[in-house]
Amino acid sequence: MYTVKFDTDAKLKVVADSMILTTDSETNAGSKMLKGYKSLLESEALLKLKAAGYGLCGKTPVGEFAIDLLGETSVDGAYTKDGALMLASADAVKTGDADIALVLDVNGSVRRGTAQSGLISVKPTYGTVSRYGTVPVACSGETVSLIGKTAEDCKNALSVISGHDDKDGTSLSDELCKSALSCGSVKRIAVLKSMTEGADSCVKAKIDAFVNALKENGIEACEIDDTVIVKSRAAWNILMSAELCNNVSRYDGVKYGYRTENFTNLDELYTNSRTEAFGQLLKTAILFGSDTLSTENYMKVYDKALRVRRVVLEAFNKIFGEFDAVLMPACSKMVYTEKDTENKFLSYTENLYTAPASITGLPAVVACGVQLVGKAFSEGALLDTVNAVCKEGK
Amino acid sequence: MRYETVIGLEVHCELATDSKIFCSCSAHSYGAEPNSHVCPACCGMPGMLPVVNKRVVDYGMKAGLMLNCHINRVTTFDKKSYYYPDLPAAYQTTQWFAPVAVNGLVEIETSKGKKNVRIKQIHMEEDAGKLVHDIREDTTHVDFNRTSVPLIEIVSQPDLSSAEEVEAYLERLKTLLRYARVAECEMAHGTMRCDVNLSVRPEGSDKLGVRTEMKNMNSIEAIKRAIEYETSRHIDAIENGTEVLVQETRRWDDIKGKSYAMRSKETAGDYRYFPDPNVMPVVIDDKWFDEISESLPEFPEVKRERYMSEYGLSEYDSEQLAKSIALCECFEDAYSVCGSAKDAANWMLSEVMSNLNARQMTYDMLTLNGKALGELITLVVDGKVGRANAKKILNAMFDDASVSPAEYAEKNGFVISNDTGLMDSVIKTMVAADPKAVADYKSGKEKAIMAIYGKCMKELKGNCDPQTLRTKLIEYINSL
Ligand SMILES: [Zn+2]
Repeated sequence: MYTVKFDTDAKLKVVADSMILTTDSETNAGSKMLKGYKSLLESEALLKLKAAGYGLCGKTPVGEFAIDLLGETSVDGAYTKDGALMLASADAVKTGDADIALVLDVNGSVRRGTAQSGLISVKPTYGTVSRYGTVPVACSGETVSLIGKTAEDCKNALSVISGHDDKDGTSLSDELCKSALSCGSVKRIAVLKSMTEGADSCVKAKIDAFVNALKENGIEACEIDDTVIVKSRAAWNILMSAELCNNVSRYDGVKYGYRTENFTNLDELYTNSRTEAFGQLLKTAILFGSDTLSTENYMKVYDKALRVRRVVLEAFNKIFGEFDAVLMPACSKMVYTEKDTENKFLSYTENLYTAPASITGLPAVVACGVQLVGKAFSEGALLDTVNAVCKEGK
Repeated sequence: MRYETVIGLEVHCELATDSKIFCSCSAHSYGAEPNSHVCPACCGMPGMLPVVNKRVVDYGMKAGLMLNCHINRVTTFDKKSYYYPDLPAAYQTTQWFAPVAVNGLVEIETSKGKKNVRIKQIHMEEDAGKLVHDIREDTTHVDFNRTSVPLIEIVSQPDLSSAEEVEAYLERLKTLLRYARVAECEMAHGTMRCDVNLSVRPEGSDKLGVRTEMKNMNSIEAIKRAIEYETSRHIDAIENGTEVLVQETRRWDDIKGKSYAMRSKETAGDYRYFPDPNVMPVVIDDKWFDEISESLPEFPEVKRERYMSEYGLSEYDSEQLAKSIALCECFEDAYSVCGSAKDAANWMLSEVMSNLNARQMTYDMLTLNGKALGELITLVVDGKVGRANAKKILNAMFDDASVSPAEYAEKNGFVISNDTGLMDSVIKTMVAADPKAVADYKSGKEKAIMAIYGKCMKELKGNCDPQTLRTKLIEYINSL
């Protein structure tokens, strides 16, 4: 379950996934390219947690650059229990090793893993938690996130890591960051029908159960139809792959990381180092991303995806005119087996459920196996709501 | 047939900011130990995020305004991807979609008169590192000191038509950017670099010929040679069919005096530009814009004219002072204190210049406190410090900008004493010691008195008013 394990006497224990850079231990981002890599700088969020008394109890593996389904492409190997794929960082919380997991939500594996473990996670509003000291992949949407057993644990840790950071140019003001933590009540929730349709019966049952729990707590839940938000996935895959292609270009075998032994010139050094160290899903993402940014495709593909991002946000805001949050699944099924990973690109379709919050930067809270996407700066209210509604994990 | 050359330039200037464009490393590493000015950010390591150095945007705007450009009030940074070992993150952050300044105009003057050169755009970007080839070890080392040092690239329209015009244009850019104190623009230091886009067409034609881009010229002289070579190569190809011209990038070899096509591999490729999601668009509000506009200096011509018309300086003196903004500022400060433009100009062009020369400093390196210079001039004019001692004080002021002339004069015994008793007794002693000079003087050789005058001055350590000493000396000898 761990890449590195630490002993800590701290009362509160935090586990960090391998996208969170640490100076005293390996951060490999799940890639052979960075196997053994020790950073010169440490994640701002982790430093804040440590300063608040949290003790780092371990580093958990992630899939290669955190874009896969649930860690199955990790250089440290897939983490499974009884044939089911597990998210190592979530399991560290579930087993009680850690009170909280500090993770980077790049392509939704965090939310899928949380939903399937019956835990609670929060992906805060983009810009409220510093990304300084995280391995960059899809910078315009990835967010430092938290997994905990209770909404309260998540909220406490979030109040520690949230805030302005001069070292992150996309970091928002302290005032805005603080506003995201304020208490609030969610009164009306939209259930996105177009999203639940493709999910299996177990997931649908989770949604139904959650809707019932909402109603029991006096919260209104209405089914709505939407044709725009479901388009997030295609646009997100373009933006994520393009940014990924650019971000992983730095791993070229010249300065650090994996270097091939098989080269006679610079081109071979680059090509063979990358060919030998990168996995198939990553290579596909690189090629796809590179293609979307080519002069030929930029306007047709990349620029269009940027425009879709804006349209999706508008669609959400329209819904938020009437509702406080949108309910949707976090994944299409409640268990992934190793058989699912035969489709190497499943994460590029399964992110149907996670792309909407990733592409818009809206906050998302996963609880009781389902996902709530809220207005910007409403994660405090979302966490309060699931705290009241969710009986699981308590 | 007669041909004309059509030239457009891409000029890179290193901005003279203290720190790099996206991190706090020092931007001044000329001659420093390799990799001594680096951090995880400018080495492209994962986890560091770029934070725009506001000073770089200030300087980009200043450069744009000096070149009469329109300033884009929302300016963005974009990533340009390519692989090279001197580019640590495999992308360069530059401005592709919304550069800081566009549509400018620069006036140049050549033997053929005045001409306007249109500026297409000025964009800000980060520099790459440097590869150092070690022949003995047959290896290549990378020095990242220069990575992320801020640059502006000034892209002109193809409005230039000769080596002479190119030289005038580059000199003009240098003058204007130095005036605004945004860039050193010294080709020998690599703080100004230039790529030349050139094509040739029949005179009067409005169709452009095949364009080639030349890189790797390290001096204005080399640029001129390269333009002349490339022009005749193009004409030769057109007239004699010696070769087929293709649009390509060529490397100038100044030693051989020839240009060579670069391997297509070095130039081909798609840079895959896209907006950098980690750098928010920079919004230049009115307050910021006004602050920068107001901080800009007068153009050199304006200063020259004003020195002549307002201060009554000669054309030559005005021209000399207007050569450098540092000279101008020092002069204007000195004048504001001493109240005499002529005295201030004289000191600038004689004593200050010779101090600069003695120290092998360029005009722009002048850091002398102009106000203090004005005080010094006042001390001399008021007869409180002798000229020779004033030079010593100026020397001290060059070494230490905090030196106060009055305090320094006091401390070193340079203040002219009003104690005429001392002067009288010195005159008496010196006259008594040189009866021959006195006799010579009395017999009509007026110059003979100078020997005694010199000895008195020396005895008084220069601390006396020369005119008073002279008068008293003559009076005394005449009274004998
Ligand atoms: Zn640096």
